Amino acid sequence: MRNLANWLILGLTLTFLIGPFLIIIFAGASAGQSLAFPPDGLSLKWYAKVFTVESFRASFMLSMFLAVFGTLTALILGIPAAYALNRYKLPGDETIRTIVAAPIIVPGIIVGLALLRYLVVPLDFTVTMALFMAHTALVLPYAVRVVSSSLHNLRADMEEAAVLLGCSRLQAFMKVVLPNIRGGVLAAFILGFVTSFNQVPVSLFLSGPGVRTLPIDMLAYMEITYDPSVAALSAMLAFMSLAIVFAAERLLGFSRYV
Amino acid sequence: MSEILVSLSGLTLSYGKTVAVPDLDLDIIDGELIALLGPSGCGKTTTMRAIAGLLAPTSGRITIDGRDVTRVPANKRGIGLVFQSYALFPHLSAFENVAFGLRLQRLAEAEIRSRTETGIATVGLAGFEKRKPAELSGGQQQRLALARSLVMKPKVLLLDEPLSNLDARLRLEMRTELQRVQNETGVTMVFVTHDQAEALALADRIVLMKEGRIEQLGTPNELYSKPATAFAAEFMGFENIFRVENDALVSDAGSLPLSYDAGAPLLAWRPGGVSVGSGPHSGRVLASSFAGGHREYVLDSALGQIKADAPIETPEVPLGESIAFDLPRSTARPLAA
Repeated sequence: MRNLANWLILGLTLTFLIGPFLIIIFAGASAGQSLAFPPDGLSLKWYAKVFTVESFRASFMLSMFLAVFGTLTALILGIPAAYALNRYKLPGDETIRTIVAAPIIVPGIIVGLALLRYLVVPLDFTVTMALFMAHTALVLPYAVRVVSSSLHNLRADMEEAAVLLGCSRLQAFMKVVLPNIRGGVLAAFILGFVTSFNQVPVSLFLSGPGVRTLPIDMLAYMEITYDPSVAALSAMLAFMSLAIVFAAERLLGFSRYV
Repeated sequence: MSEILVSLSGLTLSYGKTVAVPDLDLDIIDGELIALLGPSGCGKTTTMRAIAGLLAPTSGRITIDGRDVTRVPANKRGIGLVFQSYALFPHLSAFENVAFGLRLQRLAEAEIRSRTETGIATVGLAGFEKRKPAELSGGQQQRLALARSLVMKPKVLLLDEPLSNLDARLRLEMRTELQRVQNETGVTMVFVTHDQAEALALADRIVLMKEGRIEQLGTPNELYSKPATAFAAEFMGFENIFRVENDALVSDAGSLPLSYDAGAPLLAWRPGGVSVGSGPHSGRVLASSFAGGHREYVLDSALGQIKADAPIETPEVPLGESIAFDLPRSTARPLAA
């Protein structure tokens, strides 16, 4: 009896987790004209159509740009920050830790509105610049946290050993610290990439005429055209995320770091 | 021989406002194996880190080979340090760990190879070159850390608690190993330990430290048989230390009359120096344990607790019963106040 209940719970959980994904895959593979489930016959034409929509291509490129370079920038800022928080007793370091984590806690809508109202409008930033800064800021907490946890496991005396063998402080960091937190850095990159790529609320406020990230563009598209191509695109994006996570797991056991 | 290699003068070390070592003077002789001994917090590790250059002194001077290195950064001092945790690089093979410092010097590949192989062979790890540190046992990691420092041909090799992470059997093996390596390479070794047995067994000279100051400096034999202060005596196993007042031994618990002239303000006895079974005093047995060649008693006497060793041939006295004992002048170590 208990065994049966266990299986039931497991089955329901999987249904809730995977169900929507399956619905989207099939809704996108519809042969009909509008978004529907179950689909009216099967066809790959909507999957093909995605690639012909001009605005999708532009917004995909923008989202890619933001996810890759925003995350890289966040790592360039976040790795030294995590290092300093881990290795030195800083005045008010608990406060810094809390502030760094703030974008995770504060709802995206508020972050987006605040950035729009107090940065973009008064300082007259371009839309792309504003989006880039917002995405960097959003990803920064993940960079600091994930890198912090791998630094935490790395003993400080290893760097001292490297220094006594002739390294400068910077060389010790590059030759000893970095190779040993490589997994954490990659994990932070993937987490940041996915977070940035799927980000809606902040981008919603900051997107401007002709400059939209892909999720915002998909929302806009759906308001006008209710065809299955959005579902097809969603399915492909989900596969992209899955592929990245799978590759990372295969390469270095990604789940250990998150 | 007996040329001074490292000289510390007026060395003061502090962490923030806490002064860990005030005004230390110490000369380390070329080729010797010297131990910095003391309980935790005595400043031994702090002193070692200052010699290595990992900690900048508040004041004072450090010279190595006559050259003032007080302001020379750690990576340019030519000093090796074997960390207590070994601090091996987990992402590199044993070979690359040892070659690490040589590669930084941009030596020719052939020289790096031959020196690394020699270094690994010296510590008996030939055949383990490709292993990662995590694939080596504790003792092997220790020896790898030793090789990594030795291949750099350091002027001084510092060792932080080199035996504390090893089990009893490995500890003995490593002790022999360290002495052998020191004999073969002639490198000056400074090691930090809180274990007096380790210091006595290994060192040519022992620096006993207390609260950042040198309590006593001497050969193991001098420290063992002639401790100069109550602290040194206690550290060297004189567990029964009493004041002398008006021809009586006095402790916080009470006093016992003396039948001889003490000639010193303090007298100290090892447990083995207390004679059990006969004598003018008596004590109740609080604890008794078998220790191979002898039996260790804790006695409750007029002076409070006394630790005394009895020959194993004498019959065991049960707990709670009284036994006669003596604190003879011949086995007492007189101490200055």
